[in-house]
Amino acid sequence: MKEMIERKKGFPWGTLILSVLAFLCAGVLVQRYVFGLGAMTNMSDGRGWGLWISFDLYCGVALAAGGFTLAALVHIFNMEKYHPVVRPAILTAFLGYLLVVLALLVDLGQPWYIWRMIFNPNIHSPLYEVGWCVMLYTAVLALELSPAVFERLHWRIPLKIIGFIQIPLIIAGIVISTGHQNSLGSMLLIMTHSIDPLWYTPIIPALFFVSAMAVGPAMVIFEGTLSGAVFGHKISQEVFTGLGRITSGILAVYLIMRLADLAVAGQFDMLFNRYPQNIYWWIEILGGVVLPIILFNIPKVQQSKKGMFVAALLYIILGLSFNRFIMSSIWLVIRPGYTYFPSWQEFAVSIGLVAWALMMFQIAMRLLPIAGHHGEEEAKSEHAAPEATPAA
Amino acid sequence: MAYGVLYDGTRCIGCRSCSVACKSWNKNPADTDKETSVEGGIEGKAVVSDKTFTFMRFREIGDGDDLKWAFGKVQCMHCLKPGCETACIVGALHRKKATGAVTYDKQKCIGCRYCMVACPFGIPTYQWEERMPWIRKCTFCSDRLNEAENGMAPACVTACPTHAMEFGDRDELIEKAWARINAAPEGKYVRHVYGEKEVGGTAWMYISPVDMTELDFPWLSEEPVTKNARTAMGLLPYYATGMLALMAGIYFITKRKQKIAAGKHEEKKG
Repeated sequence: MKEMIERKKGFPWGTLILSVLAFLCAGVLVQRYVFGLGAMTNMSDGRGWGLWISFDLYCGVALAAGGFTLAALVHIFNMEKYHPVVRPAILTAFLGYLLVVLALLVDLGQPWYIWRMIFNPNIHSPLYEVGWCVMLYTAVLALELSPAVFERLHWRIPLKIIGFIQIPLIIAGIVISTGHQNSLGSMLLIMTHSIDPLWYTPIIPALFFVSAMAVGPAMVIFEGTLSGAVFGHKISQEVFTGLGRITSGILAVYLIMRLADLAVAGQFDMLFNRYPQNIYWWIEILGGVVLPIILFNIPKVQQSKKGMFVAALLYIILGLSFNRFIMSSIWLVIRPGYTYFPSWQEFAVSIGLVAWALMMFQIAMRLLPIAGHHGEEEAKSEHAAPEATPAA
Repeated sequence: MAYGVLYDGTRCIGCRSCSVACKSWNKNPADTDKETSVEGGIEGKAVVSDKTFTFMRFREIGDGDDLKWAFGKVQCMHCLKPGCETACIVGALHRKKATGAVTYDKQKCIGCRYCMVACPFGIPTYQWEERMPWIRKCTFCSDRLNEAENGMAPACVTACPTHAMEFGDRDELIEKAWARINAAPEGKYVRHVYGEKEVGGTAWMYISPVDMTELDFPWLSEEPVTKNARTAMGLLPYYATGMLALMAGIYFITKRKQKIAAGKHEEKKG
């Protein structure tokens, strides 16, 4: 507590930087809606999807997987140990999805017509599934998060109603979110001839699903370590070790799937002669998958906060985000005569939206009983004096 | 029945009347200088764009006595199994069964541009300079085909002075194409009808003295690009049901275990 007060005395550089980025983003958005997409992006007929789809949609949705994995671990698999990190995970996922929705409203050419999706369904389109699931799952996450708000406001009746439908809600959330994790992969299936053969496979949806499951616990380690440092609350090392084991277990399955897929397709030789794409493959698999599996299982690393953080970050950046970028951008064939590198405005929008999300996260952590929440019974007894709000 | 067009590269003289006819029928304005420049040869830097649905591609292939001029007309291929149609989130792109034309309806579009990345031929384009941009692409002159029972052929086809393009029933055109290849002296045509089988078949088909990939037409397998995506989407309801049952099942088992454990705990206490 004392430490936190001292920390508050220093100049809030973090908040300043976040605010600058957030307002820069808002300015660029004015430019986007007044002058149109062509005026501020480097997208072209050659590359109709740019940074926003790769980063905000593909990485954003995958990195929000902590919400469904932790909800499943605690409420379905009944692993009480992880209860203190469920709410931060759901908050992260909710903000992640808000960010995805906002980015889509920027990226769509006609965002004011998004309601047309409801009246003109194309059930064969993987994007149709993704669109509906993003919409529904954002609502589910809002409901899953709502008890924190009701507790803060001491609204007993809505709290009871949510408590009553909690399990069906969580199961619905798992079905919807995993369903569109793999539909994001199905979207790429149509690009048979543009995705590099080292990454194109009919099982892309399954790979997306498994890698998203693995990134859930890794994101909780990442976000828990950071918010532990910022807000000063402690999460036991045992929780991190356990989450690391879960991630490494799922990653092992993922690695086997990736290798088996290449074996079945008879494409192992590409790993050595498909230069330079194979370099990316080796970086992704060795650095982003094999190395985290090893690190998560070394006892010394398991005992170290820093070690777990690095292992989680390796998978998040090299194993997952890098993979999504390779498939949706880096090694995607571009129409002849075009090149693409995002404009500064595209970067400003993507980074600025993350800044908004981080500030929202900070505010929510200060105002709501999110951190170190230990299950419903305890929360009810904490009503009179919510423990997690001293910094507010 | 579906219509098709057979383009014969040995008859084409590269005059680009087809491009002009396309522009005037579709009331498309001229593109910027940058995009239609003739710098570096007759093929220029032309690309399909929101104002240009078709253009002529020209290549000099081989050298010395082997030098050949090769032409290829680029426009929407009007696939039998269009990637754009399966991709489109709102069904704005649709293949008309009666004519085989893949058409676009801006009354449904939301501007997501999935069609642009889903097209194996790189055809749909976008009005990047507009504040309210729509997708633009060749319509197969759907508005001409539909005018009567035996409507008109696409504008580009009627404009061709050398009858390099033939419009008609697709199956008959395939027969015609092979008959022409078989009757010709060795070397006049490459023994391949581009578009007959590519990505499950396209309405536009090409016979040519050079391989179409030398004219930068993409090499494509015979499997429709929609196949894997459609299979995956078809499996989704089963996946959802299975996941639902699995999660509910696990929940009941863990709850039951918890109850039994709690019961034992009580017993020990007692």
